[in-house]
Amino acid sequence: MADRILLAHGSGGKLSHELVRQIFLPVFDNDVLNRLDDRAEIETSGVRLAFTTDSFVVNPPFFAGGDIGKLAVCGTVNDLAMGGADPLFLSAGFIIEEGFPMELLKKIVESMRQTCDESGVKIVCGDTKVVEKGSVDRIFINTSGIGAVPEGVSISGSRAKPGDKVIINGYIGDHGMAVMAQRQGLTFKKDISSDCAPLNGLVKEMLGVTKDIHVLRDPTRGGVATTLNEIAGQSGVGIVLWEETLPIRNQVAAACEILGFDPLYVANEGKVLAVVPADKAGRMLESMKKNRYGTESAVIGEVVSDHPGRVVLATGIGGHRIVDMLVGEQLPRIC
Amino acid sequence: MNMRFLKEYRDGNLAREILGEIKKISLKPAKLMEVCGTHTVSIFRHGIRDILPENINLISGPGCPVCVTPNKHIDEAIELCRRPDVVLTTFGDMMKVPGSGSSLAAEKAEGADIRIVYSTMDAVDIARDNPDREVVFFGIGFETTSPTIAAAVLRAEREGVSNFSIVGAQKLIPEAIRALLENNEVGVNGFILPGHVSALIGIEPYRFIASEFGIPAVIIGFEPVDILQGIHMLVKQIEAGEARTEIQYTRGVPPGGNPHAMKILFSVFEPGDALWRGIGSIPGTGLKLKKEYRRFDAVGRFGIEITGDREHPGCRCGDVLRGVKTPLDCGLYGKACIPENPVGPCMVSVEGTCAAYYKYGMRRSG
Amino acid sequence: MCLAVPAKIISVKDSVAEVEIGGVWRAVSLDLVPEAVVDDYVLVHAGFAIQVVDEEEALKTLELFKEIMEHEHEVS
Repeated sequence: MADRILLAHGSGGKLSHELVRQIFLPVFDNDVLNRLDDRAEIETSGVRLAFTTDSFVVNPPFFAGGDIGKLAVCGTVNDLAMGGADPLFLSAGFIIEEGFPMELLKKIVESMRQTCDESGVKIVCGDTKVVEKGSVDRIFINTSGIGAVPEGVSISGSRAKPGDKVIINGYIGDHGMAVMAQRQGLTFKKDISSDCAPLNGLVKEMLGVTKDIHVLRDPTRGGVATTLNEIAGQSGVGIVLWEETLPIRNQVAAACEILGFDPLYVANEGKVLAVVPADKAGRMLESMKKNRYGTESAVIGEVVSDHPGRVVLATGIGGHRIVDMLVGEQLPRIC
Repeated sequence: MNMRFLKEYRDGNLAREILGEIKKISLKPAKLMEVCGTHTVSIFRHGIRDILPENINLISGPGCPVCVTPNKHIDEAIELCRRPDVVLTTFGDMMKVPGSGSSLAAEKAEGADIRIVYSTMDAVDIARDNPDREVVFFGIGFETTSPTIAAAVLRAEREGVSNFSIVGAQKLIPEAIRALLENNEVGVNGFILPGHVSALIGIEPYRFIASEFGIPAVIIGFEPVDILQGIHMLVKQIEAGEARTEIQYTRGVPPGGNPHAMKILFSVFEPGDALWRGIGSIPGTGLKLKKEYRRFDAVGRFGIEITGDREHPGCRCGDVLRGVKTPLDCGLYGKACIPENPVGPCMVSVEGTCAAYYKYGMRRSG
Repeated sequence: MCLAVPAKIISVKDSVAEVEIGGVWRAVSLDLVPEAVVDDYVLVHAGFAIQVVDEEEALKTLELFKEIMEHEHEVS
């Protein structure tokens, strides 16, 4: 392991996993944490609670389609929703650089409230720290959240079974590219917005189709590729993706060509990957398409018993390739 | 919305048709070297190895500018970025490559001011906007990239940006191919020549491959339909016992290349010797600043002198770059040397052969 | 060794062009292809246009494939 923390340790890829497994897990060691789902599930006085936390350091804090405040609420709401939980209460912690404009803080807070309203959660406690100029980049936000897990729902990264279908609720890579484009001097003819959205409403409707959803997970940092690798690893199954079915916006695909990125590794903030039994996939897709955050939903692959732990892409020309986890961050490249 | 000249060359039906043609005519064993790392990546990304008949064997060559950059130049860049007055600018590709003892990513974590740029012009802009700092550009690349470095030097001169300089580690391709052939280690039956280097230099510099060494060579584009059509052209020659140098990628490569860009390149640089990782010094394959532009040379300007540069003893990157060994023949590959902890540059660069092998699933069995 | 993507020139000012690919715009230098004009397609590498795409040749390449396909179907 490296003797210093590198940026790649925070990118959600292999080094992040290594950090968690080698530094945090052995020390904090307990059976709730050791499950490594996006949220903890705790049972207390007969009530099943889901609990999660997430920190937000996006640069720039305002981007097409959202801002750090909206992101902070969506991120935690979605982590809860990925367990089928009903998100209820959030905390909000702010770390702010001295000199940060009050006007912008107001905008961020207002955007958090709007997102809370949409997703039906309340921010019920909070904290603020201000640090000297240069100690943080403008503003960082942490949110934690609690939700209630309904009866009969058992969703986990370890439940994917051969034969299951993999569904995604729309275009891949919008968030990462909206943020990256701003940094890289790319402009879009028709603006690409972050897909940042609270997904608990969509998930609720999906659970209305069947409670027997095996896996839900939001492919944020590290993208679809990394998340599917996690699922394949946790469930001990293989996953096959069909290149031609992947929903990718023309503009995102083009920006990826220019920067040398692979859209499968670009971050999303309003996407859910669902692994569902094959006989429910058709109805699930139909239902998802009716939700405003699911109009472009598509079945993109299936779970297989071959190559356990690995994700394989069937390419458009009839070849196959392994899709590994993200290693490090994607950097714009010339070759 | 248009992605012309891209999408139509990824058409699965066309690709399958051409593949069928290849299968029909290909009988002899054919060892084809893709000189260029971008081909290596494209071949893996689209799963092309997977669908070719078994008698066609693709091997990777020395065409990843990151991989062939020896530790000496990486150490120079590291030495420079440690100076408090220096902003080091680089293409993203070089960040994670380990030098003798460190990498640019590690130096950045230690506090060095290293900025990733997409274009050499961005580096000149940074110099112009920071007149109290010294902005150094880490110049790697082949004939495709080097004219952009020359254009940046010319612009810095024109606009009087005096705090801009470069670490020059660029290389020239055709003579490196000659060196490979003269070494006579690999036994290649055909060359997949790099489309974008050729967009600049044209076809003439490669003629010797067919005329002197009797080996077919085709300049090929990077989309799956291009690659398959190019392989089809190579196989046709091989089966007929012919050897010609041809262009498949005609939409991007006029026979004469881009003489204007080459003129710009050679107004700033002149050919010199270059050290290639794994191959050694090859006369005439490097680029050094001409006398009148020598002041843009960062290594000279700051009096950088690298002595104890060393390569990792077990690393087989050199052999891999010459096509003599595959990553699977290296004792470190997949064990001590993995993408998250690379020993050699071929495991770092996105288009490094080892990284491509690893990422796209070529694991040692057992 | 070198990524380059085909992009269409939308406008030119002082040897810098605004180019478009798939709805994405970026400024690129025309220093290496000063002859390129609006509506040309250029190969863009590291912020520079390095070559003008020859549309006629591009079509010919695709035509050749079509011939192969048609020939194929006549035979079969």
